[in-house]
Amino acid sequence: MIAQDLKSALQEVCPELQERDSLDWPAFNCPTASLVEVVKTLRDNHDFDGLMDATAIDNGMEASPRFTVVYHLYSLKNHVYVRIAAECQDDVNPVAPSLCALFKSANWMERETFDMFGIHFEGHPDMRRILMWEEYPYYPLRKEFPLAGFEEELWDPEIAAETGTKVKPAPMAGGPFVARQSAFEGEREPKAKDESWNEANEKPE
Amino acid sequence: MPTEKAEYTAPDSGAKTAAAAQEFETEHLEMSMGPSHPSTHGVLRLNLELDGEIVKMCDPVLGYLHRGDEKIAENMTYNQFVPYTDRLDYLAPLANNAAYAMAVEKLANLEVPERCQAIRVVTSELARISAHLLGLGAYTMDVGALTVFMITFTEREKLYTLFEELTGARLTTSYSRIGGVTRDMPDGWMDRVLKFCEEFLPLLDDVEALLTRNRIWFDRTADVGVISKEDAISYGLTGPNLRGSGVDVDLRRDAPYSGYENYEFEVPLGENGDCYDRYAVRMEEMKQSVRIVRQAIGSMPDGPFYAEEATKIFAPRKDKILTSMEELIQNFMITTEGPDMPAGEVYFEAENPKGALGFYIVSKGGGVPYRMKIRGPSFNNLSILEKVCVGGMVSDIPAILGSLDFVMGECDR
Repeated sequence: MIAQDLKSALQEVCPELQERDSLDWPAFNCPTASLVEVVKTLRDNHDFDGLMDATAIDNGMEASPRFTVVYHLYSLKNHVYVRIAAECQDDVNPVAPSLCALFKSANWMERETFDMFGIHFEGHPDMRRILMWEEYPYYPLRKEFPLAGFEEELWDPEIAAETGTKVKPAPMAGGPFVARQSAFEGEREPKAKDESWNEANEKPE
Repeated sequence: MPTEKAEYTAPDSGAKTAAAAQEFETEHLEMSMGPSHPSTHGVLRLNLELDGEIVKMCDPVLGYLHRGDEKIAENMTYNQFVPYTDRLDYLAPLANNAAYAMAVEKLANLEVPERCQAIRVVTSELARISAHLLGLGAYTMDVGALTVFMITFTEREKLYTLFEELTGARLTTSYSRIGGVTRDMPDGWMDRVLKFCEEFLPLLDDVEALLTRNRIWFDRTADVGVISKEDAISYGLTGPNLRGSGVDVDLRRDAPYSGYENYEFEVPLGENGDCYDRYAVRMEEMKQSVRIVRQAIGSMPDGPFYAEEATKIFAPRKDKILTSMEELIQNFMITTEGPDMPAGEVYFEAENPKGALGFYIVSKGGGVPYRMKIRGPSFNNLSILEKVCVGGMVSDIPAILGSLDFVMGECDR
């Protein structure tokens, strides 16, 4: 079984490696300290030469550890994937090692994970935001960030002063018709997430 | 009397000017090939540092089309998210729909009937033809060959008419549902598709006649933007860009899904990894797509177009919903709470026209995903720009951008 072979081979490099629940490809959890070693072993000894995806999961504000970084490696020769997940120790300022030395594709994908979650990658040559603008203060994919976003200052004070443009939260007038993930039966029904501006809820100037 | 042919060498005035220019300590020009530019194929910004015509530094700035799809996915049911997948690679929406549906069906461990798989193959391959036609048209237009643009867009109009007949919309098709497709093919649609294929191949030959052995095209694209095999794999390139560099990877053949193992097709490979090779790979891929479409339509199985036994995932027929209580309740649950998915994680990649579109879905049960990561192929394809533009000229940049054939929709999400 390919998962068993991989598991025993990887446990030689990282004894704390465990299997991760997965519905499709073999998946493993490993501590962040040995992440680079594990991925290096997979790349050099097991033909997993493509880093297809690097992302993170926010396990919720009450969960600890809160952030899990997940990598998907693809073997171009054997046509199989493997998933490696590592939990970041610090919940407030999460840190994970960077895989930029092993795969060049990790560069932009880790920048995106930093942009969306705030996970700092140690050893990344160019750690800055990629999708949002440089001075944006929030990390949008964290669970406490609302769907509509926050009101923000425009990044260029000159343009803001001249044109009066603002960064406003999305005016979800009467919609979207979203389902909430909640424990209560009544709250789970999709309701219009009405964050529209009306008399009860004035448009902020 | 035979005349002596004198060896004539043209005076290399360019070399003298270049040597003279070296004496000047010029400042590098910092320029932003801004988000609103006809050659950047969407809203891509390139911060360039130029030394005259030569690019010294190229830093792509993304995010101008970032719409927060992944955040939205955490608030939508699986079926509600299908229209968002249209807008990822908006040149081939049917392919995105199919890839997303297959990823969620993998989560549910749901097998769709063969007819549905064949329909998905036909629509994905037509979407591939449509995307390559537009990519080719825009690429050649940027480089200067305007006729090709006219030809390819006329062909795309025929495809759009076919899509509109099948799904109701030309561009934002939203054709997939979890467990099947929205509706079956109308009568005679398959014949019209075959007619399109017949008319299309000669026009593709016309385009080849215009470009493939064209001196100007060759000068502008051969040995321009060369990507080596190791770079292509390391930077995460997929799709025609990877195959243009000579790496033999095609998910339809290597890890077949949706019945691709039943069809015969070849996977074209490039040799040098330059812009010309990527163009040639895409041309040949369109011909192979026509081959797959013909095989799929020829062997189209009968049967349902959705998984009828997955009652908690695919809504039942409308007439049953309006008359029977149980179907009414099923429809209500699926529409409001979403299809009932098990908890777990899956990662599924499909061979989309631009590359490997991947969906990483983390589900904690219920009808709404906990985390959905969309691996857009154009995001990784663009990361190589930092390396490949440097050292070339500014005028090579439209050729490189066109040959990489990216779409900002799936890059920024």
